[in-house]
Amino acid sequence: MADATMQYSPDTDSRGRLLTSDGTPLRRALERANRRRKLTALALVAPLLFFILTFFAFPIAQMMWRSVDNPQVVNALPRTLEVLRDWDGRDLPPEEAYAALHADMVADLQLDRRERNIGPLGIRLNYELSAARSAISRTTRNVEDFEAPYSEAFMNAHRLWGDVELWRIIKREGRPLTLSYYVAALDREYDEDGNIVKRPDNRQIYVNLFGRTLALSLAITAMTFLLGFPIAYYLSILPMRYANLLMIAVLLPFWTSLLVRTSAWIVLLQQQGVINNALVGIGLINDDGRFSLIYNQTGTIIAMTHILLPFMVLPLYSVMRTIPPSYMRAAKSLGATPSTAFRRVYFPQTLPGIGAGGVLVFIISIGYYITPALVGGQSGRMISNEIARHIQQSLNWGLAAALGSMLLVGVLVLYWLYNRLVGADSLKFG
Amino acid sequence: MSSKVKLIALSSAVSVLALSASADDPVSLTIVSWGGAYTASQQRAYHEPFMEANPHVTIINDDGSANALAGLRAQSQAGNVTWDLVDMLPSDAQLACDEGIILEIDHDAMLAPAPDGTPASQDFLPGSLGECFIPQIVYSTVLSFRPDAFPEDAQPTSIADLFDTENFPGRRALQDRPGTNLEWALYADGVDPDDIYDVLSTAEGVDRAFAKLDTIKDDIIFWTEGAQAPQLLADGEVVFATGYNGRMFDAIQVEGMAADIIWDGQIVEWDGWVVPADGPNVDLVMEYLYFATDTQRLADQAKFISYGPARASSAELVGEHADLGIDMNEHMPTAPENYFAPIVLDNDFWVDFGDELRERFANWMLQ
Repeated sequence: MADATMQYSPDTDSRGRLLTSDGTPLRRALERANRRRKLTALALVAPLLFFILTFFAFPIAQMMWRSVDNPQVVNALPRTLEVLRDWDGRDLPPEEAYAALHADMVADLQLDRRERNIGPLGIRLNYELSAARSAISRTTRNVEDFEAPYSEAFMNAHRLWGDVELWRIIKREGRPLTLSYYVAALDREYDEDGNIVKRPDNRQIYVNLFGRTLALSLAITAMTFLLGFPIAYYLSILPMRYANLLMIAVLLPFWTSLLVRTSAWIVLLQQQGVINNALVGIGLINDDGRFSLIYNQTGTIIAMTHILLPFMVLPLYSVMRTIPPSYMRAAKSLGATPSTAFRRVYFPQTLPGIGAGGVLVFIISIGYYITPALVGGQSGRMISNEIARHIQQSLNWGLAAALGSMLLVGVLVLYWLYNRLVGADSLKFG
Repeated sequence: MSSKVKLIALSSAVSVLALSASADDPVSLTIVSWGGAYTASQQRAYHEPFMEANPHVTIINDDGSANALAGLRAQSQAGNVTWDLVDMLPSDAQLACDEGIILEIDHDAMLAPAPDGTPASQDFLPGSLGECFIPQIVYSTVLSFRPDAFPEDAQPTSIADLFDTENFPGRRALQDRPGTNLEWALYADGVDPDDIYDVLSTAEGVDRAFAKLDTIKDDIIFWTEGAQAPQLLADGEVVFATGYNGRMFDAIQVEGMAADIIWDGQIVEWDGWVVPADGPNVDLVMEYLYFATDTQRLADQAKFISYGPARASSAELVGEHADLGIDMNEHMPTAPENYFAPIVLDNDFWVDFGDELRERFANWMLQ
């Protein structure tokens, strides 16, 4: 029947789609409303997003860029690099290379001092080869008086110009991007044929230091767990008003300046310190047998465990508070011994707190810097101390950036592993 | 508009007017130095007299010298230089100069001549002036010890005793960097002070220095910050400590710490000023530098801390400590009775080989 088939309900169009009262398809209207809501939400988070992008994401990207950025040789020696393109790197380069080097250096000296590329070039080359900086700076002083044959003039100015190694480095680093900071950060170097090989044993540091940082951080995480779990448990079963009081005791060190706390540990732990004096005083050890509790790994672990303890206790406590005591009673009434009840009923429910506390403590301690520097001596130092040294003293920001990027990637990989094994959504921070 | 706001608006309008009108409007100079007793000595010898002579100038001290090179580079790259004048070591000054982030100095044109008319370039001690660097003081890294740790008739007297754990047992505090330690290891091993850097430039020499350090490795505590060394000594944590002679002087003479300084093998170095390029008040800074590095001012600083003035003409003006009244001459690293076996730190050597040796040293500390 034609009439019946023509009978659309007023709320649908010819294709049977639902319409709103003003005739727009319902789906489109919903999408529009949804979009508006999303835009409002975006506008609300925009300040924070902007803040994070500017002050967090951008600096990290800049750091990673710095670890491969390599403009110094390219800027300073364009003519020389052009000549070196056909050089095989076996013997000393031909006279044209020295002539080009002369031309590059003389051209650079015409620039305003602040625009000059020769200074940064020397500093950059010195990272790869000791004394390369003075080869550059000493040559620069007289280079305008050099006459052909230039190879002789350069070799007279500094012995390194007669060293194939320096030329190989100039050619290798004559690219705007480099991997050599990462090569150094992995305790490797380039050999004569340009292969990446291990450094001599007595110059390897960073891989060992990464390993030690990992081990120390794990030890500190384990210690905070062992010490924090009973405290958190006790706090969670106390009546609220006592729990709050005790909580202040846990948090009090948290509110004290980090340097003050670290110095306090120095006073306590040193060989002539409170603990050793007390032990000698009650006759447990004799005067020659004082313990070395500080300026070594023990010092780092003790001081950092104390400083990071609240980060373990707080998530544990907040999770334990939510576990009804009736579960334990139920387990016991069903015949479980106290230890079984704890193991199979209580403990599994605290796992989200343990995970959160563990991840927090571990990630904070892996980048910790001032405490290891003050109480760690030589065996308790961590990779962050080396990074700080390269940022502040040796000023090798490329290497510092490479080490920092490796640390960042390492933390992300560990977090990813954690997520795969335990699941990040099970974390409960409080 | 409340009256307070009006007042502020009025006064800022006035100060804007004044800024364009007068050369003597208030201005502040940010001077970066090492802090502690050292900055205090500069405050009293240089800053206060300069501010007295120029009432419109306020000098603000910033204790950032330990990381001055990093700060200079960061400020220069950010295009926002806020430091007017920086106190730093000559090796760092050389690097900054190479990078072009500090100003070149024409010493005779920019610095005061000696009272007898000797130009600055002749008056400053030989080898102390740098392309971009104006020295103020000679300081040295010295070995100190606790006299009560050893019998009275067998006190340590030399750097060799630092490496003699049999006759002088106990822990030693050394700085956690290769500089000074490697020099001393070679010196104690019998190398002449003048040959140390030649030996250290060879692979065998470096091995020899580390082999010597190996003999005391189990007894070493490493310090990082300058204040740690006297502290470790005062706490009785160590029986020997290396440290800067001015800090040791301060701890012994001012704080009354029981320790003695061994001047044998003291490692001598300069410390001085550099001017950041693009600083906010370069002209005024130059005025300050002319004043603060003249003969009398450098001699004045020695009234407050036991560092030697970098000008030859200042030496005879060194007198008594301003507060303690003791004669400062005998506490100067450059005093003849102290300067019998100095090792002059070779900055070129450390700029060239520092990276490599630091890696080796870090590796050695980790083993």
